[in-house]
Amino acid sequence: MAKAMSAPAIERCGLSDEQLRWMLRTMLLARTLDNRGFQLNRQGKIPFATGSEGHEGIHVGAALAFRRGADVLVPYYRDIGLALGVGVEPFEALASMFARAADNSGGRQFPNHWTKKSSGILSISSIIAAQCSHAVGAAYAMRYRKEEGRAVLCTFGDGATSEGEWHESVNFAAVHKLPIVFLCENNEWAISTPRSHQMAIADISEKAGGYGIPGVTLDGANALDVYAAVKAALERARGGGGPSLVEAKCYRFLSHTTDDDDRTYRTRAEIERHRAQDPIPRFERLLLALGAIDEDAVAEMKRGVLAEVNELTDRVEALPYPAPAELYRNVYEGSHEPWL
Amino acid sequence: MALAPSAATTMTNVEAVRSTLYDALKHDPRTLILGEDVGARGNVFLITKGFLEEFGPERILDTPLAEASIVGVAIGMAMEGLRPIAEIQFADFIYPAFNQIVGEAAKTRYRSNGDYTCPLVIRTPYGGGVHGALSHSVSIEALFYHVPGLKIVAPSFPADIKGLLNAAIEDPDPVLFLEHKKTYRSVKGEVPAGHYTIPLGRAEVKRPGEELTVVSYGYNVHQALDAAARLADEGMSIEVIDLRSIRPMDRTTILASVRKTRKLLVIHEDSKFGGVGAEISAMVVEEAFFDLDAPIRRLCGPDVPAMGYAPTLESEFMISTERMADAMRELVKF
Repeated sequence: MAKAMSAPAIERCGLSDEQLRWMLRTMLLARTLDNRGFQLNRQGKIPFATGSEGHEGIHVGAALAFRRGADVLVPYYRDIGLALGVGVEPFEALASMFARAADNSGGRQFPNHWTKKSSGILSISSIIAAQCSHAVGAAYAMRYRKEEGRAVLCTFGDGATSEGEWHESVNFAAVHKLPIVFLCENNEWAISTPRSHQMAIADISEKAGGYGIPGVTLDGANALDVYAAVKAALERARGGGGPSLVEAKCYRFLSHTTDDDDRTYRTRAEIERHRAQDPIPRFERLLLALGAIDEDAVAEMKRGVLAEVNELTDRVEALPYPAPAELYRNVYEGSHEPWL
Repeated sequence: MALAPSAATTMTNVEAVRSTLYDALKHDPRTLILGEDVGARGNVFLITKGFLEEFGPERILDTPLAEASIVGVAIGMAMEGLRPIAEIQFADFIYPAFNQIVGEAAKTRYRSNGDYTCPLVIRTPYGGGVHGALSHSVSIEALFYHVPGLKIVAPSFPADIKGLLNAAIEDPDPVLFLEHKKTYRSVKGEVPAGHYTIPLGRAEVKRPGEELTVVSYGYNVHQALDAAARLADEGMSIEVIDLRSIRPMDRTTILASVRKTRKLLVIHEDSKFGGVGAEISAMVVEEAFFDLDAPIRRLCGPDVPAMGYAPTLESEFMISTERMADAMRELVKF
């Protein structure tokens, strides 16, 4: 399907300067919020953070292909840029980091475990690949109600494709030709386990063949390649063409979470090698080459993002935690008591 | 297909399940059934026979043979506004879906702080005494009743099946609906006409009595009623409560009965250790210790992995009506 569309010959994929600048700003915002999470953890202000550094090219490319108000996103926890790109506000990202009452989950979930029905973002847990069948069910509901022009975007990492539920989900979607795109953010590491210990193949997109759907592998550090491939896949899904699998290769620059120490399982040299392909400076250079932005505007954009995150950090930190009584709400509709 | 009766009808438990599902599909376009062999085969107990022809393959889904995704896909449907009724062909096959039920469905409302809900019914036949061997006989309620966010129903009479299945389908939260296989065709009863619901979490006194409270559910209720009738001939007055719902559970009905009879026997086919009887016993001791005239007694399935295929092993596992009568007699005389 998308082999041809992933060719880097398409320089700007028909995107306007404004769209390209939005992509760059969203990448910077995601990176800055990621850094903020780790900083707040090291300052002892939040107990835990998880970062998506290295995934930003995938996030903004996919986010731009996502049709707001129509499509549904079923993400995983390494999707901050994608979440921001489809409608989560930076305030909400920080409220989740600080576990404040204002958080969308009411301070219940780990950071980056999104839920936002008004933006079409399904609620997820931390259980790897458990969200994939929910995405399939959501796609089934769209088809069942004959809602043309809608599709589901379901994301996950490389490790998720080892889970039985991932295979069940792709198979179910394929059997029913559902409007869904499976987007694998292959960052080569499942915590400390390298891809080579997860599977005996190099490209996860090969797994699509076992289910009779198209699969494509592309460079996830190239946001425009991702945009083109995910856009084509979503359009195919919305038009009744059925599911497909897009594998976007990237690299996880940070440890799995603030509780992990990647020095125990990978070399600094390996990380540096991949950092040379960092999707953000790469995209910045592309925009400068295209004349979509100039050096001064880039510097101004970076200052603006940092100022926004700084201001929001202070504002959110001052907000209250959920009241203890909130623990008992939303177990069921009505009382949480097991005895009547 | 004319399944919806216009007046009270006598039907078996399996017919009650079938006719209630039929009515739900007929009246609520958001409902659909998904599971293994529910389509052309019409379910292994023929519960959905003919549904495929009447409602079409969009609403009667023969799924791939993969239980985790049967429940997972149903969760996604529910989060997006449908009212899926998922079927696990036998309760013994539910284990691959454990994470989806416990980790996902039961937590959807909670973890999204009410942003999303999961109005989902998971129906499954359970229980032994049908030569089902290790993997077609199991009781699963104790594995799930510990889980906040989940509701569990296990009715034993056709009229209760109708009212509780309707309530489960209309409930805004996930419900595990357990149907005891041995009652499917062996139990018959009157089922009122028209649409009605029975609130989840309400037990019912199926036989009033004065000297002993027996709490049970599923197939065992029918045996307990037989035993109580037998002991009435010996002059004993025994109250039999059918729990019907396992979570939430009806403390009010149990306590009112125990405070009257001052003695409690809990009977269930599921293994004793950590079973539903343990929770009931603990609750009664906490709430009504000084009303008791005898130690609480639990008559339950043995703590072994499963009932065997050999008839001797199966009947050793199942609780006979005679053993129930003996336990009742001893407690009344205590």
